[in-house]
Amino acid sequence: MAGRRPGHPFSSRTASLLAFFPHLLLAILEGTVAAAVLALSALGLSLVFGVMRVVNVAHGEFFMLGAMLAWWIAKMVPGGPAIGFVAALVVAPLAVGALAFITERLLLRRINYDPEATIVATIGLMFVIQQLALSMFGADAKAVSAPFTYRIALPWFGFSGYKLFVVVASILILLGVWWVLAKTKWGLVMRVTQFDRETATAFGIPVTQVYSAVFVAGAALVAVAAVLIVPIQQAHYLMGLDPLLMSFIVVIIGGLGSIKGSVIAAVIIGLSDGIISMFFSPTLASIIATLAVALVLVFRPQGLFGVPAR
Amino acid sequence: MTARIVMLHGAVILALFLLQFVASDYAVLTITRIMVLAIYALGYNILFGYAGLLSLGHAMFFATGLYAAALGVTRLGLAVPEAFVFALVCGIIVSVVIGLVALRATGVAFMIVTLMFSQAAFLAVLYFGDITRGDEGIVIKDDQRNFSLFGDAVNLADPVLRYNIALAFLALAIVLCLVVVRSKIGHVLVAIRENENRTAMLGYDVKRYKLIAFVLSGSFAAFSGAAYALLFAYAGSTLASIQYSINPLLWTLLGGAATVLGPVLGTALMFLLVDFASGFTSASLLFVGVVLILLVLFFPKGILGTIRQRWLRWLP
Repeated sequence: MAGRRPGHPFSSRTASLLAFFPHLLLAILEGTVAAAVLALSALGLSLVFGVMRVVNVAHGEFFMLGAMLAWWIAKMVPGGPAIGFVAALVVAPLAVGALAFITERLLLRRINYDPEATIVATIGLMFVIQQLALSMFGADAKAVSAPFTYRIALPWFGFSGYKLFVVVASILILLGVWWVLAKTKWGLVMRVTQFDRETATAFGIPVTQVYSAVFVAGAALVAVAAVLIVPIQQAHYLMGLDPLLMSFIVVIIGGLGSIKGSVIAAVIIGLSDGIISMFFSPTLASIIATLAVALVLVFRPQGLFGVPAR
Repeated sequence: MTARIVMLHGAVILALFLLQFVASDYAVLTITRIMVLAIYALGYNILFGYAGLLSLGHAMFFATGLYAAALGVTRLGLAVPEAFVFALVCGIIVSVVIGLVALRATGVAFMIVTLMFSQAAFLAVLYFGDITRGDEGIVIKDDQRNFSLFGDAVNLADPVLRYNIALAFLALAIVLCLVVVRSKIGHVLVAIRENENRTAMLGYDVKRYKLIAFVLSGSFAAFSGAAYALLFAYAGSTLASIQYSINPLLWTLLGGAATVLGPVLGTALMFLLVDFASGFTSASLLFVGVVLILLVLFFPKGILGTIRQRWLRWLP
């Protein structure tokens, strides 16, 4: 949103009238990439809200830190972008996860996961992280090269193979998270904690440790998302606001805490965002996405797939 | 209203009036700004402190007043008093519409939704850059701010006059706030904050009261925005950004939520702190962030909230 740069190859409306189909195809492809990116960034937020019932406003800053770390590691590690990429994929989630661990211990636990206090405290954290990133990394946007540069040749234009890789990787990660939640004992413990914290405690589930793990996992996921995305975007200390607000839009439309809803909403918003951005303007796309939230709230306050509060 | 409440608030206003005779030129300007923004915080407090609804998007109401006033005098050719009325009407309309939608969400969703609407408003300000002049902002010329009131020519560029106008507005806002929170509306709002279901069960139309609080709060914000634009002759998009939605929350928390004077004290204190901090660091955002975290961790009731809890139970 605020930090979005005009980068689309065909943004002029007159050109699009001359050859509509290739443009639509490109818009759909870009929209799919946007949807994948969105689903991945919103996943962590949705998971944390689903289990802990708190909103982490610093979520976008965890994303920004992941991207910044990817840039820093790519600069530090010798041997080309591919090795840097793999290194970042390991280091960034660990580092951001560690920060999330400290945040959970020192902040969230002390305010007893009060929803309102958590929002205010994480707003504070958002400013702190932004300012620290500014003083550590500087104010300029930083480009990171993709691990590979293969381009898929279509009859009308070439499309970055890396972008399709991001889509595939996002789908795999989403499936992985779904599998953990639905099929493993870990997932069962999380779902029980989500369903009823007190009963979970009574049955011997270490609720605070589950919270800690979920918060760290949410942060690590968004860091992975950032490492994947930064070759497409660019790292900047204010880049966190955009994924934060888009994640909010996605989780509200999908229904807070419903991962399935978030994914479906991400596909809808991502695709429409890609198409509107290409034919009109990214700012207009963001405004329309926000108005969509208003509509959903008017007709279905709990979101498309949310359950009304018990 | 008891005598000591009237005396306390009267004394604060009197002190602010007397301050202009001892303060330096720079201090007069800063205090004028504090007083205008304190109106914003006072309104925010009605919704957040009393009704218990945490909005993260009040910048959109502030910006509504700001741009309505600025565009009113520069484009529509309104005189300054008309611009104030126009801005207030716009603020009321926008807050009714947004309130009707946003209040359908509760709890955390309400906070997120207000944040997002505000961001959409901010983007709209940038999108319609031809009219709003975006980042650069609208500068109001001095002759557009001159007007005559009861036959006297008024020039808003005069710092002392500006100070007293801001003070008059602030005094009005404090009195209005006092009246509201001590009226039935105020009591019902506190009841909603403490237990919404029980209040509804007692037969109060909870939705209506929440909307009243929302619109009151939005109107204060819009009026403050209009005063900001007209007194300081400037309206820019930074004043519509998320930062300006967080500010009244910070000021209210620092001074003490659900106390009438808390937001005023919080605004003044935060200005002093940022001014003080800018002496040795340029990282004012870092400072704001740390203060927010410390308040939540160690001082959730704020200054006046704590004083009321410990010593002065009668503080409104």
